[in-house]
Amino acid sequence: MSGTHRKAIGVETIGMTMRFGAFTALDDVSIKVPAGSFHALLGENGAGKSTLVKCMMGFYHPTSGEMLVGGREVAITSPRDASALGLGMVYQHFTLVPSLTGAENLVIAREKVPGVIDWRKERGALAAFISRMPFKLPLDVKVAELAAGEKQKLEIVKQLYLGRHFLVLDEPTSVLTPGEAQEVLGLVRAMTKAGDLTVLMISHKFHEVTAFADDITVLRKGRLTGTGKVSEVPHRQMAAMMIGDQPIAALDSRAEPKPDAEIVLKVSALKAPDRTGLKSIDIAGLDVRSGEIVGIAGISGNGQKEFLEVLAGQRARDQGEVMVRGAAYAATRAEARALNVRLIPEEPLKNACAPRMTVAENIAFRTFDIDGNGKPVSWISAGAIRSFSARLVEQFKVKTASLSSPIASLSGGNVQRAVLARELTGEVDLLIVSNPCFGLDFSAVAEIRARIMRARNAGAAVLLISEDLDELLELSDRILVMSDGALVYETPIGEANVQTIGEHMAGHH
Amino acid sequence: MADTVSGPHVRTILDARGYRAALEWIARRAESFVIPLTALIVGMMLFSLFILAVGRSPVQLYETMWRGGFGSWFSIQNSLSRGAPLLLAALCVALPARLGLVVIGGEGAIVLGGVAAAAIAVALNGAPSFLVILLMGVGGVAAGGIWIGAVGALRHYRAVNETISSLLMAYIAIALMNHLVEGPLRDPASLNKPSTQPLADIYRVGNIPGMEVHSGLVVGILACVLSWLLIEKTRWGFAARIAGGNVRAAQVQGLAVGSLIVGFTALAGGFAGLAGMLEVAAVQGSANGSLAAGYGYTGILVAFLARHNPLAIIPVAILLGGIDASGGLIQRRMDLPDATVLVLQGMLFIVILFSETFYGRFKLFNPDLWQRSDLLKGTA
Repeated sequence: MSGTHRKAIGVETIGMTMRFGAFTALDDVSIKVPAGSFHALLGENGAGKSTLVKCMMGFYHPTSGEMLVGGREVAITSPRDASALGLGMVYQHFTLVPSLTGAENLVIAREKVPGVIDWRKERGALAAFISRMPFKLPLDVKVAELAAGEKQKLEIVKQLYLGRHFLVLDEPTSVLTPGEAQEVLGLVRAMTKAGDLTVLMISHKFHEVTAFADDITVLRKGRLTGTGKVSEVPHRQMAAMMIGDQPIAALDSRAEPKPDAEIVLKVSALKAPDRTGLKSIDIAGLDVRSGEIVGIAGISGNGQKEFLEVLAGQRARDQGEVMVRGAAYAATRAEARALNVRLIPEEPLKNACAPRMTVAENIAFRTFDIDGNGKPVSWISAGAIRSFSARLVEQFKVKTASLSSPIASLSGGNVQRAVLARELTGEVDLLIVSNPCFGLDFSAVAEIRARIMRARNAGAAVLLISEDLDELLELSDRILVMSDGALVYETPIGEANVQTIGEHMAGHH
Repeated sequence: MADTVSGPHVRTILDARGYRAALEWIARRAESFVIPLTALIVGMMLFSLFILAVGRSPVQLYETMWRGGFGSWFSIQNSLSRGAPLLLAALCVALPARLGLVVIGGEGAIVLGGVAAAAIAVALNGAPSFLVILLMGVGGVAAGGIWIGAVGALRHYRAVNETISSLLMAYIAIALMNHLVEGPLRDPASLNKPSTQPLADIYRVGNIPGMEVHSGLVVGILACVLSWLLIEKTRWGFAARIAGGNVRAAQVQGLAVGSLIVGFTALAGGFAGLAGMLEVAAVQGSANGSLAAGYGYTGILVAFLARHNPLAIIPVAILLGGIDASGGLIQRRMDLPDATVLVLQGMLFIVILFSETFYGRFKLFNPDLWQRSDLLKGTA
């Protein structure tokens, strides 16, 4: 706001350690982020990245360790202390109030908001403030009407407006298109170069780290495993620092696609209301053939969820047809069983499991009501469920303390393995998957992608809906882009261009 | 840690037998016994404070309560009689609860089940007794089933909150009963207490041979056992548990969630309706205002104390029946109003609801958190 603390701040941690009971989440981690630098913090899920930044921001009280801000030792006991020192954080998901304008969001975010707000004065001050910023933003528009990239810029501007000059960005581009990500990070980069800002960015994306960061720090299992200048550490070495020497499942080599293979899934002229009920999704036509993976790209909230819900029978459609192998498909249990259709929604614990039921029971969801010959049974046998699940747990390497543990006690990767075990056993003709690797660690991601590829090579038609463009590029035979409820672009994988796909995702065509 | 076991370890655990497996089996189930039991004790301690505050001795109170509920063959039979309708009323809460629904309007189904049964008995006066009693039962089940089934249907098809709608529908049911027993179905001979025509003796449900307890107790226990088998051992029960655990997962699996909800709520209401029929056929001899005696509401407490496990409902219903039965003795011996036991019920309910927050908090009950070293010791 004022010119007094407009300069970037350097931050350092020394021997930061955080224990939760017997579990050490962070073990003697020292990192140094000099003023005006752009520092990337890498690591798998559970490596301790969020624990480290939460200690820095005063959300956690570290078991031991010190923090230096601007070279002086400080005690940060609450987020308020961090804020007073000029440290701020931008979360992965937006924290703005959608029904208020940008200006209103900025003013209410201040620590002391006057009882009666003199909007004329505030607007003047805001205009002066924004004119000093490299970010150009409409402040009189409701946040709900801003694009994702603009919202992320507003989040960053909000931190600057609150006088914070050391920012932690937690996976800031996960909800942005590639184009928006470039722009936002480019602007942030320019501010660090000018010495106005210091950034510590948590990221999974190597290409972003290489393009924008000065230095990296890598954590694994709570320990610091590597640090250095970005220019001196190749990607391969970064990956090695992140995952250690555990083996990574290799993707099956892609079997030759057969362009004239049977069309398994055929969607035509599909219309359905979206969540708000105001707009509708509108799929003119989509075919998925046996032995191919069709990827659907798009920014979250462009109708992918609704489309998946229609395919899962959770959402009524206004018109149109969904056919599987020539038969109308309404996603009943009988149809899914007869046509070998499997559907794996995103966030499996939330959408595909009963969290408090046991691992064994969850694995049996698809088959508990039939016997070995597919005949319906009235009485279920706990013993049969256990032995069936034991076999699948073994085969899919689900790590669980016991078959009787509630499935919610498993790690994310193992919940997904259990769900894949359930859905990929037996013959699969159509596999519909949504964001299968969201939030999982490297080895789980590699293994799960390998299993999807294997299903494809075995002849399944796969519809893969994902917000992760890298995943789509790795797995798909064709990529379609969903924007504003419609499929707006299609490209075979051989001709796929990230730039073009990104522009269609943003709706710029 | 829960997820550091793999490969060969999994196999050892799957094959675990004997001491260790038994210990885990017990630990996983002990939580549902220990927590409600502790809550019961804490609730009774809080109630002691209340008794002290009104200047009486808690020791004497609990002693009187014991004598009034379980101290003699007479009082035991009294408790069993009062527990009988609670068995069925609690099932009306427990079955929907397994689907994730909180239905608290069982009282309405009891009342309508009783009225329907009385109306049938009057209409068929003169027919063979087994046929009339059977049809009274069918009528009671149907009336209660339709009433609570409608709550389930409103929930699934119109997204109406089932807790509120079942409660409001209970008020409607009671008003409907009052209208019927004071109007069209009134026996002109009933002057002070408007009632339907009294049942002929041959249409009354008698006592269990050798006991002063009506046969409704047997019906209730049978209903609990069948409900337990339905939930734990059949595919419909398994499907209902999936839907109750996560309705989205059930939908993705293509399970017919709507049919499950309507079916289970209708069955639950049917049990409550049967309780009403038994009140008419075994206790009151006619349908009247006494049908709305609060069994439906005490049933909520029973179901929550029993963690919605139909088998656990049996002892809990009898325990609550005993507390209820002791009300009279407390009034006579300690000069306290017989509604005192309602204060105890209310306190117990609050403590029980509070105790729900303790599930999953104790390492003792969660073998997944036990140390590896325990595990090795256990299997060695």
